[in-house]
Amino acid sequence: MLKRISALILAGATALTMAGCSSGDDGSTSAGGSSGGDDKLVMGFAQVGAESGWRTANTKDIQESAKTAGVELKFSDAQQKQENQIKAIRSYIQQKVDVIAFSPVVESGWDTVLKEAQNAKIPVILTDRAVDSKDTSLYKTFLGSDFVEEGKKAGQWLVDQYKDSKDDVNIVQLEGTTGSAPANDRKSGFQEIISADPKFKVIASQSGDFTRAKGKEVMEAFLKSNPDIDVLYAHNDDMGLGAIEAIEGAGKVPGKDIKIITVDAVHDGMQALADGKINYIVECSPLLGTQLMDLAKKVVKGEQVPQRVVTEETTFTQEQAKEALPNRKY
Amino acid sequence: MRGFLKHRLFWPLVILVALLALNLFFTDNFFKVQMKEGHLYGSLIDIVRFGAPLILVSLGMTLVIATSGIDLSVGSVVAIAGALACLRISDLSDQKSVSGVLGAVGLALVLSVVLGAWNGFLVAGIGIQPIIATLILMVAGRGLAQLITDGQITTVNSSPYKLIGGGYWLTLPFGIIIVAVVLALTAFLTRRLALGLLIESVGGNAEASRLAGISARGVLITVYAFCGLCAGIAGLMISSNVSSADGNNAGLWIELDAILAVVIGGTSLAGGRFSLSGTVLGALIIQTLTTTIYSIGVPPETTLLFKALVVTVVCLIQSPAFRAKVFQRRMRPVEARPATEEKVRVSA
Repeated sequence: MLKRISALILAGATALTMAGCSSGDDGSTSAGGSSGGDDKLVMGFAQVGAESGWRTANTKDIQESAKTAGVELKFSDAQQKQENQIKAIRSYIQQKVDVIAFSPVVESGWDTVLKEAQNAKIPVILTDRAVDSKDTSLYKTFLGSDFVEEGKKAGQWLVDQYKDSKDDVNIVQLEGTTGSAPANDRKSGFQEIISADPKFKVIASQSGDFTRAKGKEVMEAFLKSNPDIDVLYAHNDDMGLGAIEAIEGAGKVPGKDIKIITVDAVHDGMQALADGKINYIVECSPLLGTQLMDLAKKVVKGEQVPQRVVTEETTFTQEQAKEALPNRKY
Repeated sequence: MRGFLKHRLFWPLVILVALLALNLFFTDNFFKVQMKEGHLYGSLIDIVRFGAPLILVSLGMTLVIATSGIDLSVGSVVAIAGALACLRISDLSDQKSVSGVLGAVGLALVLSVVLGAWNGFLVAGIGIQPIIATLILMVAGRGLAQLITDGQITTVNSSPYKLIGGGYWLTLPFGIIIVAVVLALTAFLTRRLALGLLIESVGGNAEASRLAGISARGVLITVYAFCGLCAGIAGLMISSNVSSADGNNAGLWIELDAILAVVIGGTSLAGGRFSLSGTVLGALIIQTLTTTIYSIGVPPETTLLFKALVVTVVCLIQSPAFRAKVFQRRMRPVEARPATEEKVRVSA
C-alpha cells in the first residue's frame, strides 16, 4: 500500500520536474495557439540567460520593443546551456512561430537545429552573438556588436595611454565564458592591436565566466602569482567589478595602481568608471530591440536584409561616464 | 584505532600536499602569508577563504550521504539564500544597519532550513528516492532564486553584510571562522552525542534501525534540514563576498563539487560510516586545484581536462584495489583494506 502511494507520488514528482524543465515551452503553447489567427507577428526568442546586468537590459529592451512594435514575443531563458537553447528553438519550430531570434550560448554546434528551422521555412535572426557555421544561408541576418572591434578599441586605448612609456606593460586578462564568441573575439581583437608593440605583455589570462564572483576569485590568484600588474583587461564589467574588490583587498588602488579596461558599460560599471575605479569602458549596447523588430518584420515580409547589422556603440572615459551616467537606461 | 583513522585520511592528505607542492615549483610566493590592511593575505588564505562555502555545503552533504541519501538541491538553496538576503537588505532604508542585516540573514537561513526540511519530508515522510526528491528543488529552486531577484543581479552596499563572506575578524577571513564554528558544532553533535551513531545506523539499514527503536524519519528530516542550513550559510557567504546576488550563477554546480569532496574524503555513497575531516580535506583539495589552475596559468581551454585528470588520479590513488595492483611488487597484497566497503562500523 505504502509502496503504491510512494510510487504514485514519485511519478507525480517526476512529472513535476519534467514540467519544470520545459516550462518555457508548455506555458507558451497555450498562449501561442493563435499564431496565424490574427496578423500579429510571432517571434520566438531564445535568450542566453540572465548572467549579467547587460543581459538583463538586453532582455528588457527586447521585451519592451516587441510590445511597442506589436510583435507577440515568446521568450525563453536557456540558463547558459546550449541544450536548453536548442530545446527552446525546437519548440518554437513546433509552434510554427513566424520568426526565431536567439543569442547563441556558444559558437558551434547549431547546424542541425538551424536546418530544422530552415526546413520549416522559419527565418532565423541571430542577435548579439554569432555562430561559426559555414553555411550562412542558415540564418537571415546577424544583428549585434562587433566584438573584434570592441577588443580593438580596448587595445587602442591602451596603446595610446602608454605610447610615451618604454617600460614593459604587464597585462592580465579576465576572459569570458570559454568558447563564447565575445570571449574569443574580444581576446583576438585586443591581441591584434597590442601585439604590434612587444612591450605589451599579457602575463596571465583566465576565464572568469563573465561573473563577478569568478572575476574576483581569479583576480585574487593573479594578484598573488604576479606581483607587477599594470593593466587589467576584463571582457565584461561584472568581472571587472569583482576584480576591483580583489584589488582593493590586496591594498592597491583600482584605476591607479592597476589600470582597468572593461567592455559593456552596464550601470554598475559606469558608476565605477565615474568613481575612478575603472579607466575605460568600451560600450557594447544591449539596446538592440528596436532594430531587431524592424529586421524581423522585413525578414517575414521577404524583403532583403544585409547579412550583418552592427549595433551603434561608443566608448567611455571617466569624464564621459560622469556626463552620461544620469541618462543611462541600464 | 586512532592510527587506523589517520591511515584512512592518509591518501587525501598526500594528494593535498602534492597539489600544494606543485605550486611550490610553478608559482613564486605561493606559500607567503603576510599582513595586509590588517588581515592575513596570501594564496593559502585564498584557498580557505574561497573554499569556505564549499566546505560548508560538503559538511551538510556528508551527513546526507551518510544516511545513504544525496542532496542535489544545495546549489539552488545557495542561490535562494543569497537572493533573499540581498533583496531584504536592498529594501532597507539604511543598508548598513546591523539589525536590518541580521533580520535579512535570519530570514534567509530560516528559509534554507525550511527548504532542507522539505527535502527531508519528501524523502522520509513520503519515501521518494533522495535523488528525485532533491532534483525537484534543484530545478525549481534556481527559478525561485531568479524570481526573488527578478532576473537581475541585485547589488547591495552594506558593510555588515559584506563581513560574512568578504570581511575579516581578528585578522582571519570571517568565512573561515564561520566554517570552524559549524564544523566544531557538527563534530560535537555527531561524535560526542549519539546523533552520529543514529545517522550511520539509518544509513546502514533504515529498516533495521527503525526496528531497533530509532526514529529514522526524524533523523532524516533533521539531516536534510541541516544540509539546507549549511547551503544557506554558504549562499550568504558567496553573495556577500561580491556584495550582490546572482540567481543564475551563484552556487551553480556546487552540488557536484560537494559530492566529489565527500567522496574524496572517504565517505561511501552507499551510506553508513562518514568522515567530517575527510570531507574538509576533500573540499580543500578541490579549491586548491582551482586556485592552482589560476596560479600556474593552465590555459582556460584545457582547464576542464586538467581538472578531470587530477580527479581521475585522485580516485585511482584512493582505490585500495588500484594501489594493490600498482604497488604489488613492493608491498605484497597483505593489507587489502576492505574498510571503505564496510557499511556500518559502530565507533565507540
